[in-house]
Amino acid sequence: MTSTGKTIPVLTIITIIVAIWYASVVWMNAPFEYDQAERAKVEQPAFSELISKTMAQERPVLPAPHQVAQELWKTTGAMIQKGRPFSKRSLIYHSWITLSATLLGFLIGTALGITLAVGIVHNRAMDKSVMPWVITSQTIPILAIAPMIIVVLNAMGISGLLPKALISTYLSFFPVVVGMVKGLRSPDAAQLDLMHTYSASRSQAFWKLRWPSSMPYLFTSLKIAVAISLVGAIVGELPTGAVAGLGARMLAGSYYGQTIQIWSALLMASALAAILVMIVSLAHTMVLRRMGQAT
Amino acid sequence: MILIIAAFAFWIAAWWVNQRLVAIDTGLNTKQQRVIDLAVPLIFGITIFVVWELLVRGLNVPTVLLPPPSMIWARIITSTATLWADFQQTFLKAVIAGYVLGCGSGFIVALLIDRSPFLQRGLLPLGNFVSALPIIGVAPIMVMWFGFDWQSKAAVVVIMTFFPMLVNTVQGLAASGNMERDLMNTYASSWWQTMTRLRLPTAAPFIFNALKINSTLALIGAIVAEFFGTPIVGMGFRISTEVGRMNVDMVWAEIAVAALAGSAFYGGVALIERAVTFWHPSIRAQKS
Repeated sequence: MTSTGKTIPVLTIITIIVAIWYASVVWMNAPFEYDQAERAKVEQPAFSELISKTMAQERPVLPAPHQVAQELWKTTGAMIQKGRPFSKRSLIYHSWITLSATLLGFLIGTALGITLAVGIVHNRAMDKSVMPWVITSQTIPILAIAPMIIVVLNAMGISGLLPKALISTYLSFFPVVVGMVKGLRSPDAAQLDLMHTYSASRSQAFWKLRWPSSMPYLFTSLKIAVAISLVGAIVGELPTGAVAGLGARMLAGSYYGQTIQIWSALLMASALAAILVMIVSLAHTMVLRRMGQAT
Repeated sequence: MILIIAAFAFWIAAWWVNQRLVAIDTGLNTKQQRVIDLAVPLIFGITIFVVWELLVRGLNVPTVLLPPPSMIWARIITSTATLWADFQQTFLKAVIAGYVLGCGSGFIVALLIDRSPFLQRGLLPLGNFVSALPIIGVAPIMVMWFGFDWQSKAAVVVIMTFFPMLVNTVQGLAASGNMERDLMNTYASSWWQTMTRLRLPTAAPFIFNALKINSTLALIGAIVAEFFGTPIVGMGFRISTEVGRMNVDMVWAEIAVAALAGSAFYGGVALIERAVTFWHPSIRAQKS
């Protein structure tokens, strides 16, 4: 598969998706319009009329893309123009709440993951005993028990940013551990022997050989880790009547049937995820270039 | 106080035993090696539970915050009926249905777009992008569309499992080399024959990778979707209500069931993988 000419296929697919979206808007919202017409005892709307009506409902079953876009602009761009970018009705404010928990959790998770990986690589007992449990730990559906962790930590007097960040930590440390263990072990025997003939100490071998050669693995893991950190933070906001954050917006939207609000929060979260992954990839290429490994 | 000291003593003793076990040079005695490989993580796991039990009792942690393992076990024994009903609702209905539909449709779509390189080039970057998105956020929308019962949870699971399957299958189908494909061509084999004899077997490791990822995703998706509305049964429902009633031991019992079901699901897929892709180097290496 060649990398050339990726844009046109991608754009085609996106166009198809948007077209399907608009078609489903008409299809899914039409019953409501028919119902309305019947109740008002007026004639059933004509098809052309129906289309414009289904795309302008206040609480549609499926909002049209432009409705979501309008809502997004109303809660971000328009808020900035009004000079209140951090008001509680602005999506920027909610995104920031979620983002801060994501980043804190991501940082703790990365640090924990790297520490564990270093321990696993240098200590055989740790390798044999910790690694299986690291894997087992991920079969516990942490997202499912996230609400309980939040409630329990709240009861202990820890509230605010940290509980959410801890869920992100739990999710993000796993890919980092697995990736880093692989990366720190990636130098082959000949290279390690060379370090040995230089009579390099363990720490020298670590900093001059193992650490640099693990960088590609680290960044690949970080991309996964940052994406699931965001998921963790969002789910962490669902319970306990959280008042702020993208997850809280979704929950509030689902309580009050504000579908447009749910969709705009969802799109905002997607954009956030895309940006975070992009930043990590950018750091990846920059580090590799400085190490002279740029592809 | 004694309990805390006992906890630390047990921890250090277990750690020492493990260090000694690892240091044993088994040489070519693979049986002995296997026993050690099994014992070391087992000892570590037992240590965690013993230290948990002793510390919770020793430090007088309120059971509302963190119940000791013995209490959770007692709760599991006494409320198997409830746990089974929840398991049935969440796992046997929502997870299995969603998993089969999501993986199946991802696989079929991958086969369909395999014939069009144009669609492939368009879908792959998008599929990769989607896998980074917080898809779990569609849960409230699905609950709104498909109602409170398990169908909406299955729908969330379908969406969550679809893209990993699609991306992995497309990559797997591209994994067979040009030489092999040319060989099939010289045999005058049809598209279908090339598929079943060459390309699906080479894609199997990728497909199983997706199946394994999806097995954990499916459980998470179903449980989280239940937070947005559910009939009065289900693991997610039980967790959120029992938290509200401060019955934390019940919550932990539910978590234990979820962890067990998740591990068993993952393990089952991994076992099938070993049987199907027995020729793959990563599995042959383990067997030796």
